[in-house]
Amino acid sequence: MSILVIAEHDNVALRPATLNAVSAAKAMGGDIVILVAGANCAAVASAAAAVSGVSKVLLADNAVYANQLPEDISALIAEIAAGYSHVLAPATTTGKNFMPRVAALLGVAQISDIIAVKSADTFVRPIYAGNALATVQSSDAIKVVTVRTTGFEEAANEGGSAVVEALAVVKNQNIAEFVSQQLTVSERPELTGASIVISGGRGMQNGDNFVLLEKVADKLGAAIGASRAAVDAGFVPNDMQVGQTGKIVAPDLYIAVGISGAIQHLAGMKDSKVIVAINKDEEAPIFQVADYGLVADLFQAVPELADKL
Amino acid sequence: MKILVAIKRVVDANVKVRVKADNSGVDLTNAKMAVNPFCEIAIEEAIRLKEKGLADEVIAVSIGEKACQEQIRTALALGADRGIHVEAAADLQPLPVARLLHKLVEKEGASLVILGKQSIDSDNNQVGQMLAALAGMPQGTFACKVDIADGRALVTREVDGGEQTVSLKLPAVITTDLRLNEPRYASLPNIMKAKKKQLDTLTPADLGVDVSSGLKTLSVEPPPSRSAGIKVASVDELISKLKTEAKVI
Repeated sequence: MSILVIAEHDNVALRPATLNAVSAAKAMGGDIVILVAGANCAAVASAAAAVSGVSKVLLADNAVYANQLPEDISALIAEIAAGYSHVLAPATTTGKNFMPRVAALLGVAQISDIIAVKSADTFVRPIYAGNALATVQSSDAIKVVTVRTTGFEEAANEGGSAVVEALAVVKNQNIAEFVSQQLTVSERPELTGASIVISGGRGMQNGDNFVLLEKVADKLGAAIGASRAAVDAGFVPNDMQVGQTGKIVAPDLYIAVGISGAIQHLAGMKDSKVIVAINKDEEAPIFQVADYGLVADLFQAVPELADKL
Repeated sequence: MKILVAIKRVVDANVKVRVKADNSGVDLTNAKMAVNPFCEIAIEEAIRLKEKGLADEVIAVSIGEKACQEQIRTALALGADRGIHVEAAADLQPLPVARLLHKLVEKEGASLVILGKQSIDSDNNQVGQMLAALAGMPQGTFACKVDIADGRALVTREVDGGEQTVSLKLPAVITTDLRLNEPRYASLPNIMKAKKKQLDTLTPADLGVDVSSGLKTLSVEPPPSRSAGIKVASVDELISKLKTEAKVI
């Protein structure tokens, strides 16, 4: 068995989500090969080669792959997938974009968002916003799988010494073009990798009030998230959304501020180790999952928390 | 330009589902069913494109058991021109659904297909991308803004780091994210009119598609339950608990 893991990166650095996918690959068992497809991304290939347990890195370095356009990336992966038993990618917005395309080109099912590996062909994945866990078995010759990063530890990013092999395959479908991107620049830790997350909901009342959370986040080195209600109301940008259809987080500490606890929000954070809820409504469903609940007006409690930490 | 909108009948987003005692699935007996929320956004976007004069016809398609004709009627009441129901099992996997849609796209000659990015039951997030691959079309997934001009779709997408804009050569597939638009409600006169709109029924055999899948569900279990903890009386107590009991700060 040989497993192809697709690296998530920005042409400069290997993103940690790749390491979670490598751990899932290890649980399936087999030779692990990482594909780095990008432009001027040799540094990423070197980083991938150092990941513990990886036997080979394939490097497809071409301007066509600079922005991970799914039309081109999926054609590349489908062409090299023969000979692998599994193709894995992290279940990020990038992996979710091209992996179903890969599966369709190969004529096989795609298995989304696995959180556990039972055997080489049997996996566990959440359905119904995490209100049920399905165990699914694939009889396809190539298993195309996206990996929920919170389900697996990160593989060590050192200790490996895989060979890097350049791929000459260029798949330019010429049907889609990258135009621009507007990425949020932040000094804070990334939401999906942070050990502490503090999130605000509709109770924050407006975007300016998120500065209250920033003061706590600064003290704790925390990332800042938001509920769908806060994003829909325009308080904060979409990349802060935690929930079923936003980001899935599982930090050591999750502090929910002014968040009622809708099913779809809980789906994104209920695997956190410790959950704190601050809400003035003592009936709010968030208290049903919180380890520590504080029934209080957030506009008093949060500044007090920032002062006393 | 013809737009095909694919919609799915799912359990209402506000229903908290329970796993069946025999672990064969979730219990949907008597549960309220609805159009998948992302599919409602897809219908709305298609109708808006038609209202702007960019589309001539909006066709709503649903694949599943007979009852999903209710959801097609909802789409017709919202403004879709006609409906197509492909009668099949309710739990078809994404690849066969994409294959059925591909045949319909070819048959209808649709220039744009709009779908929800994921359904809130199986949470797969696959059909749009698979359809695009089968049809050799470009895709704009997780869309929060769509402009159509000069034979191309300019799609802004919600991605992990922020937003990305791509330009797609039509025909293309778009999947919707939450903030693309706010769906309208159907008026009573439009609900009445929808009953008279054309709704054709087909089978997978009519379209020549094998709906089998290499994936099977062995069991469905409830997630580990998380019990409520304690209420703390003050910020001081909270900090103390986090430091000495939970040891997370």
